[in-house]
This record gives sequence, C-alpha cells and structure tokens, in this order.
Amino acid sequence: MTFTFKKRSSLPGFGLALGYTVLYLSLIVLIPLAATFLKASSLSWQQFWHIAASPRAVASYRLTFGASLIGALINLGFGVLVAWVLVRYSFPGKRLFDSLVDLPFALPTAVAGIALTTIYAPNGWLGRPLAAIGIKAAYSPLGVAIALTFIGLPFVVRSVQPVLEDMDKELEEAAASLGASRWQTFSRVVLPTILPAALAGFAMAFARAVGEYGSVVFISGNMPMRTEITPLLIITKLDQYDYAGATAIAAVMLMFSLVLLLPINLLQKWSSRRDEKTAALVPQGGGTPGNGT
Amino acid sequence: MATTTFTAGKLPATRRVATAATGEPVAVRWILIGVAALFLGLFIFLPLAIVFSQACAKGIGVYWASLRAPDALAAIRLTLLAAGIAVPLNLVFGVAAAWAIGKFEFVGKSLLITLIDLPFSVSPVVSGLIYVLLFGLQGLLGPWLARHDLHVIFAVPGIVLATIFVTFPFVARELIPLLQAQGQEEEEAASALGASGWQTFFRVSLPNIKWGLLYGVILCNARAMGEFGAVSVVSGHIRGRTNTMPLHVEILYNEYQFAAAFAVASLLALLALATLVAKTVVEWRARRQLAESALWNGEAV
Repeated sequence: MTFTFKKRSSLPGFGLALGYTVLYLSLIVLIPLAATFLKASSLSWQQFWHIAASPRAVASYRLTFGASLIGALINLGFGVLVAWVLVRYSFPGKRLFDSLVDLPFALPTAVAGIALTTIYAPNGWLGRPLAAIGIKAAYSPLGVAIALTFIGLPFVVRSVQPVLEDMDKELEEAAASLGASRWQTFSRVVLPTILPAALAGFAMAFARAVGEYGSVVFISGNMPMRTEITPLLIITKLDQYDYAGATAIAAVMLMFSLVLLLPINLLQKWSSRRDEKTAALVPQGGGTPGNGT
Repeated sequence: MATTTFTAGKLPATRRVATAATGEPVAVRWILIGVAALFLGLFIFLPLAIVFSQACAKGIGVYWASLRAPDALAAIRLTLLAAGIAVPLNLVFGVAAAWAIGKFEFVGKSLLITLIDLPFSVSPVVSGLIYVLLFGLQGLLGPWLARHDLHVIFAVPGIVLATIFVTFPFVARELIPLLQAQGQEEEEAASALGASGWQTFFRVSLPNIKWGLLYGVILCNARAMGEFGAVSVVSGHIRGRTNTMPLHVEILYNEYQFAAAFAVASLLALLALATLVAKTVVEWRARRQLAESALWNGEAV
C-alpha cells in the first residue's frame, strides 16, 4: 500500500494554493497562538493555578459562563420561535425582520454596548420603568445577560431556518392524518428534526458570548467580584503590566474555546446528517447547501 | 428561499391542502408572530433607534461637529486603512484556501478547515493579547523589535494585524462550500480546450463564485471596521494616532460626550445597515447562481 498525500487531479495550482494557505495561516494564526501557550507554559503549575483559580478569576468565570448560558438559553427558545415564524407564516414586514436578524453580527460591538447601556441605564427608556419596579438592569449581572442575549441572537435563528425550509410538510401531514394533534405533531415530528440545528446554534451562541467583550464592558459596570467578565479581567491585568496573569487567564479561555469546538462540530455533523436523511426520505426536497451563519 | 423559486410550479396546490391539515389556528399564529416581533423589536429595533435618536439629540450642528473633529477624522482614516489592508489580504488568502480545499482531495483537509475557522472561536481580547505576547516589549520578539526601533504594539501595524486575525476566516468559509458544490467539470473542460491555469481560474472559476466572494468580502469588511476588543488590546488608545472608530466611540462615551459618541456610532450603525442590505441582495444573487450551476451540473451528468 502506498501513501498518497493528494488524489490525482487534472486541475493546476494545488501546490501554490495550499502552500500559500498554510504559510499565511501559520504567520497570522498558528505561530502567535503557539507563542501564547509557550508563554503560559513558562509559568510553573503552582503559579498558573494561583492566578487561574484566584477568587477574582473564579467570580469572573461564574459571571461569564452563567450570563452566557442564560443568553444562549433565551436565544434557543426565541430563536426557534423566530425561525418558525419567518419560515411558516407570512405577515407584513417579514422580509425586513428577516434581514435585520443579522444585525448583531453586523453592528460593531461597541455601538451595541453603548446603545444597550443607554436603554437600560436607570434613566433610560427601559431602565426607568424597570427601576420603578425595583429591577436594576444596567450595571448588574442582568445587564451582562442582556448584552450577551443580543450578540448571540442570530445563531439559533440562522441555524434552524434552513432546516425548517427544507423540511417537507408531508411528514407533518402524515402525522396529522394518523390522528396526531397539532402539538403532538410539533413535539414529535418537527422538534426532533430541528433539534440538532437548534442545539448547534445554542452552542455557537454560548461560545460567542463567553468571549464577548465590546458589548458587555459598557453595560456591566465592571465591578471586580460582581460584574467583571473574564475578558475584561485579562485587559485589566494587561493594563497593570501583569503579563503572566493575563496569559494564564487567556490560556484558560483558549482551552475552553478549543474544547467547545468539538461539540459544535459534532452537532453540526449530526444536523447535516439528519438533513440528508429527511432529504432521502422525501426525494422532492432539492435544498441548496446552506451557506448559513 | 431558493427552494421556493426552484419548485415554485408544484408548491401552491400542496400548500393549500397543507395549511388545512398542518397549520395553526389563526389566533395562535398571530400570537406567535406578535411574540417574535416583540423579541426582535426589543433586541434589534430599540438599539438601532436609540443610536440615531441620541446622535441627533443635541441637534444637527453638534452631530456634524462631532464627525468633523480632528480626532474623529483621524479615527475614520485609521479604520479605513486597517480594513483596506486586512480585507484584500484575507480575500487573497480565502481564494487560495478555497481553491486548495474545494477542488482537491488531500490528507488533513478537515484539520485545515478547523484551523482556518479557529479565529472565530477565540475571544477578541485573547486575539489581541496573542500579538502583545509576541510583539510587545515583554514578548518573544519584543526586544529585537525595540533594538531596531520597530513599533508593532500600540502602533498601526498591531491594529492591522489584530484586524486581519479577527476577520481571517470570512472569505474562505464562504468560498469553500461554493467551490466544492460546483465540482470540476467546467475547469476540466477549459483546460482540455487549452486554457492555462490562470486563464481557467479567471475566466471560469472566478465568474462562478463572484457573488459568494462579494458576500464574504462584505462580511469581512463589516467586522474589520467594527472590531473593538482585539484592537483595543493592541492599540494603546493614543488619541488621533491609534484610535479606530469603535475605540473613539468608547473614549467619547467614557468622557460623557454622549451626543458625539452616538454621532460616530451612528456612522458605524449606518455601515451595519448598508452591510445587511448588500448582504441580502448578494445572498439572493449567490443562491440563484448556485441553483443555476446545480441545474447545469445536473444536466451535464
């Protein structure tokens, strides 16, 4: 058996294209990332643990992961609802809503940050009525969750939408004709079909929220131990020239995002496999390969 | 969307039957639409509305003055410069990567795709930090750069590098599935007819992916101009010299110059809206192109 790196092809340019790709990838991404791990590994295990598990860092993890989870859960529920409404119903302004779903991707995070802060500040459009009933939105963990809901909003919608579009109504008709109620059809037929895509969107929204900085720093109030997110803690340490501290916490975040890549990839594979299965079941659905997200 | 246009001839009849058996009662339908609209209104329309209303709160005079302040102009120039370098570089990379990955089968392909996507899963703050650790005074290359009087961190090159990093995957990830879906028949035909490699690329492959390419460039540009976290770490916040537009918004906001902050922010919000419009148009054209080429390939096979 001989080992072949590349299948034979009559097209030219493989060497040049792959060579340039690998070179550019190494210069911009791989070498700088490796340098970070190198720097982190110059700390002793005890030093690393002392920084990464310090009470202030742990408080920031708790806030970052907790608020990201809340934001992603809100987006899971409302994202499926929005995708459903956009695919299944027609109503005035539908196309406008559809294109504006992507706003959190397109709007610079600093702009989102100051806009949300102004809305939810104690004298803001929504902050004032909320304050009247005793809820402090901006400058509290709730504000962090609001900002993280905003930036994760498109993920679930854009992940579920193509699956719903490709899903054939014949399956639902079959369920209905066999005597299923509308709710039974939804929970037993529709939900299992869109579940992998919804979970993939949820995981992506969560991963994005954990690393988010710009939209959160304005609304959070940045009080150590209470409303300080992990990315801000890294910046604080950098501003104090505490490079070792910044690197240790960055290494924790990097490891976390690498670990999260695996379930996201698996969920996406599961989702596209499901897609193929339903497509095979119902030959009519000639869906385009979604270039979504 | 594409599916509806594709099978438009068959749909109406099935749809009419389908609504009777598998639709929701009208009341439920409108409640669901209402809740979805409320959610989007709260999280999408309200932030947009507040940006523009706050920008004009002190009148059009203040608005113009805030945009024409020297520091604001310097920030706009720097943002244009950073995007002007980052977008073309990532465009060339994206095309090269998509050509290698989309047209050839080789070992380690899925690893390569994962690595290209990596910058999307790294926190923006960490993206900036990795360059500080490499090029900063305390960094690996810092002492060497200092000896040669080269400034990367707290200077324009660092800002450009951070911008390249955070926008790295955009073009590549749009083009890879497109080139994969289109197969190789057209390129093989071109080279069989005697076209050189570059001729095949520019005359056959490039026209086939132009909408997807434009789509990637639009997204890449929006992110390049709007990036905050990564740029904030490497910039050093020197007014008039290393402040991009988002960083300028932050400074004005923290100095309680709200009208000026929102004036600059409104420019960025307009950029976001223009991006969404362009994206919607291009998405539509790209899907049509893909559908056409799928049709073409379907007939050829």
